[in-house]
Amino acid sequence: MSKSFLSNNIRSLRFHNDEMTQQQLADAVGVSRQTVVAIEKGKYSPSLELAFRLAEVFDTPIQEVFSYTPEK
Amino acid sequence: MSYQEKKNVVNIVSTLLITGGYFWYVTQSGPAPDLSTEELLKFWAKSMLILIPVSIVGKIIVHIVFSIGNAIATRDHKIPPTDERDKLIELKSNRNANWIFGAGFLIAMFALVMDASVTVMFVVLICGGVLSEVFDNASQLYFHRRGI
Repeated sequence: MSKSFLSNNIRSLRFHNDEMTQQQLADAVGVSRQTVVAIEKGKYSPSLELAFRLAEVFDTPIQEVFSYTPEK
Repeated sequence: MSYQEKKNVVNIVSTLLITGGYFWYVTQSGPAPDLSTEELLKFWAKSMLILIPVSIVGKIIVHIVFSIGNAIATRDHKIPPTDERDKLIELKSNRNANWIFGAGFLIAMFALVMDASVTVMFVVLICGGVLSEVFDNASQLYFHRRGI
């Protein structure tokens, strides 16, 4: 099985949502700010449930928040 | 440094201080050099059993002091919630710690097979336990900083 890469647009989505802070996003989805930081930096791949909750906060489909690129 | 990272550092320091301090006290008061194997077993078993409440009470006190100190220093009275990432980090760190403790247990058994004294076996067991706890918190610190 090849290594997968999950990238995200959380930084820009936060920016386009009245410059929402990481803490505000963390509070909205019920995680710590450190977890939001780790997800933004690509250091942590969230669970499917958390990914959907993040998409719900931005009121956008999940594929607008996360994109998956398998290693070639 | 996040709350979780600070907590891990405090845990490492408190583990070393409490266990180290307790066993320094224990070795100062015994065991007598002329004890039989049965008496030695009883001495070390008693020492390890007493360590459990000493360690629990010590850590509770340390955590109360840490929480108060952290709240004063950061002026934030909220303790961050434990989320899925924290739980995953904890599970991975526990797995690493179990390996260390298992290795300590095997070395302790090996020491007995090689005709080492009961004291050597217990010292290796205790060191394995302390090392596994330190490694547990060090792993958590690493995963919090570097990602999982």
